[in-house]
Amino acid sequence: MTQAQPTQSLPDALRIAGRSYASRLLVGTGKYKDMEQTRRAVEASGAEIVTVAVRRTNLGQKPGEPSLLDVLPPDRYTILPNTAGCYTAEDALRTCRLARELLDDHRLVKLEVLGDAKTLFPDVTATLAAAEQLVKEGFEVMVYTSDDPIIAKRLEELGCVAVMPLAAPIGSGLGVQNRYNILSIIENARVPIIVDAGVGTASDAAIAMELGCDGVLMNTAIAEAKDPVLMASAMKHAIIGGREAFRAGRMPRRRYASASSPLDGTVA
Amino acid sequence: MGRSAALHPVYFLTIVMQIVVNGENTAVSEGITLTELVGSLQLAGQRLAIELNGDIVPRSRWPEVHLSGGDRAEIVRAIGGG
Repeated sequence: MTQAQPTQSLPDALRIAGRSYASRLLVGTGKYKDMEQTRRAVEASGAEIVTVAVRRTNLGQKPGEPSLLDVLPPDRYTILPNTAGCYTAEDALRTCRLARELLDDHRLVKLEVLGDAKTLFPDVTATLAAAEQLVKEGFEVMVYTSDDPIIAKRLEELGCVAVMPLAAPIGSGLGVQNRYNILSIIENARVPIIVDAGVGTASDAAIAMELGCDGVLMNTAIAEAKDPVLMASAMKHAIIGGREAFRAGRMPRRRYASASSPLDGTVA
Repeated sequence: MGRSAALHPVYFLTIVMQIVVNGENTAVSEGITLTELVGSLQLAGQRLAIELNGDIVPRSRWPEVHLSGGDRAEIVRAIGGG
């Protein structure tokens, strides 16, 4: 968390749990070909917050193989351990506690409690229970949830530091499927709303940001692109473009044309 | 089906006990500490967290925590994920 910077030095910073970030793109580190591709894609994305999974150490591993945290050092990136693969609140809690030890009393976690392997939709009741317990234990919880505005608000009220509704199922690349729900969540929120999951390409990320999301978290859209490093760069620009468009305030939609050139002084 | 790869040469010919590491039966020297276990698995120097019989053992306590036969250890690390 050394990348925390004074807010004053970052115009339009993303603030999460008291820390400021210049980048509004958060990236996962799964599905890459190798560590080098992971490193280059994360670098090109400009992301400062990167998610990692917590898994059993491979006992057959050769000593000296690079580990993820060598490639993405915690003094440079804010590491966001996730609870991916957890289907019960208890498993998610256990994973977060291990992550806290793994990363030297690190408190920022991405909570996800899954309900079903086919859709990877969150089990929202288990997510609420896990979030409540994690907050009690002092964790800073960024929580993956459905695009349900009521549940999003409940999670905020429980003390989550960011609420992260899905745009579409994890890894689906379908883009923001329910813009009005995302909009409702944003309008009611007092914590950052980060679209997590479902983004497929740069325009999807831009749409999320134009709706007013505070950030976007993605993994597969970059890792499964034919050129992940180039897509990471595309996403960086889409997030910046979408954010600036949101702040600029778009023109109203009109049914009919409105000429851009003045009508006075035409030669005809 | 014991794992013998975890048997560090230093402990070869010493009394061996069975523990479970990450779900695998593993033969280690009697009374080995967590620090020694990590070393024998060639994991020394890596960023790890250990849960022993369901409880997390802080890294600072690894040198003083001795294992008993039948103990269940989970050794985890950070890997790529979304």
